[in-house]
Amino acid sequence: MENRVITHMGDGERIYMSREEIAQDILEGTNDAADKGDIPALTPAEREQLLDILCESGRVVSVSPGEEVIVTDDACSLSFYADQENSGIGLPMSRHLALLSWERVCCADTGCMGHVDFSYKPVKSIINYETTEYYSNSQATTFPLFYGAQPNMGLYYKPDGPFENPGELMPAGKIAQAQQVQVDAAQQMKEDIVFIAKKMNEVGCEGLNLDTSGSAGDADFFAALTAVKEIKKNAPNMAVELGAASEFILGMHGDVFFEGERLAGMYPHKQVKMAEKAGADIFGATVNVNTSESTPWNLSRAVTFIKETTRVAKIPVHPNVGMGVCGIPMYEVPPISAVTRASKALVQIGKADGL
Amino acid sequence: MQMTRKMKINEAKKYVAEKLEIDVSDLINEEVMRELREKHDIGTIISITGSAKGILAKCNIAKLLDININSVDLFKKKLARHM
Repeated sequence: MENRVITHMGDGERIYMSREEIAQDILEGTNDAADKGDIPALTPAEREQLLDILCESGRVVSVSPGEEVIVTDDACSLSFYADQENSGIGLPMSRHLALLSWERVCCADTGCMGHVDFSYKPVKSIINYETTEYYSNSQATTFPLFYGAQPNMGLYYKPDGPFENPGELMPAGKIAQAQQVQVDAAQQMKEDIVFIAKKMNEVGCEGLNLDTSGSAGDADFFAALTAVKEIKKNAPNMAVELGAASEFILGMHGDVFFEGERLAGMYPHKQVKMAEKAGADIFGATVNVNTSESTPWNLSRAVTFIKETTRVAKIPVHPNVGMGVCGIPMYEVPPISAVTRASKALVQIGKADGL
Repeated sequence: MQMTRKMKINEAKKYVAEKLEIDVSDLINEEVMRELREKHDIGTIISITGSAKGILAKCNIAKLLDININSVDLFKKKLARHM
């Protein structure tokens, strides 16, 4: 195994590559991002820096002193008491104690609590329970505390919601009808998110996280953006972090515009400008992982997108580094060597403001 | 600072360091920060009996950094009735 470096495939499988092979995958990964996003590829010096990070001998790697960034999350403390579905470890523990442990045992920079289903729609019917618990938690925690959930417009379609399912209408050729139900569902979802935000603001919520926005396509992202705009108008002192579901806004509708710009087809460096216009305080950029490609390929691609996103952004950018995004292998237990290399590269080369 | 002022990371570090009257490099100096945390009563990693935690520590952080924190503003509003 001389001159062989341990790395992974996008699905988490451990593989061995030579330095030359890694350099080639870095080149192909950055070129793929540059081609798809119509953005600059990494420079030769940046590719060399990424190569060095990927080939470091230590299993766990880190940035140099002074380059540290802060971390926001999508209710990671939930992992204490949730099950496999939420990457949880199943401790018989309350949400309150999980948050305090997250703050004082794990020494997290920030915290986030949410309903275990982690979508806004189910929160509406139990809003008083959630505001009461948020209020109690915000009195006990010292770190900045977010309340988070996913917009998740899929829950508004039949059989889970009141609106006809565009996934069934489109194959039947009912395109106009499929577009209209997305517009209607987006309006309802925006109203629900704003309702919850206002209630949270009444109990002094420090920050609201709209996690995985755009998961049901451009109308979903539109609803999140319009919700943020209204929230910031009504609650300017409550921070809003807008996280994206994907590197690419799917055109499930195709003709949805925000502030005069078509949302379908937007990559992170354009998504962040929409987040800015809406008034978001932090943008969570996402770059997809191709499970059939190597971590060097995926990470190079992610760093290329993030570098351009932070370059054009006027607000802080926190790339999402959960499993299956921004170079992290799509595996239940992401290899720590890949996680730390992705974190280091996204900060040093991608110039991320946080993770 | 990112949440309240939309500051990017380097600008945020500089702002906090200036408020604490330390060099940016000392923001990760455990020895310096441990003393400052106790001095300003903004919460310490190791629990000190009687020291500020939770909302009281956040009140001190808001004052020290000259920022508005939503939960702190609400707390002060309610507390004002007793002042």
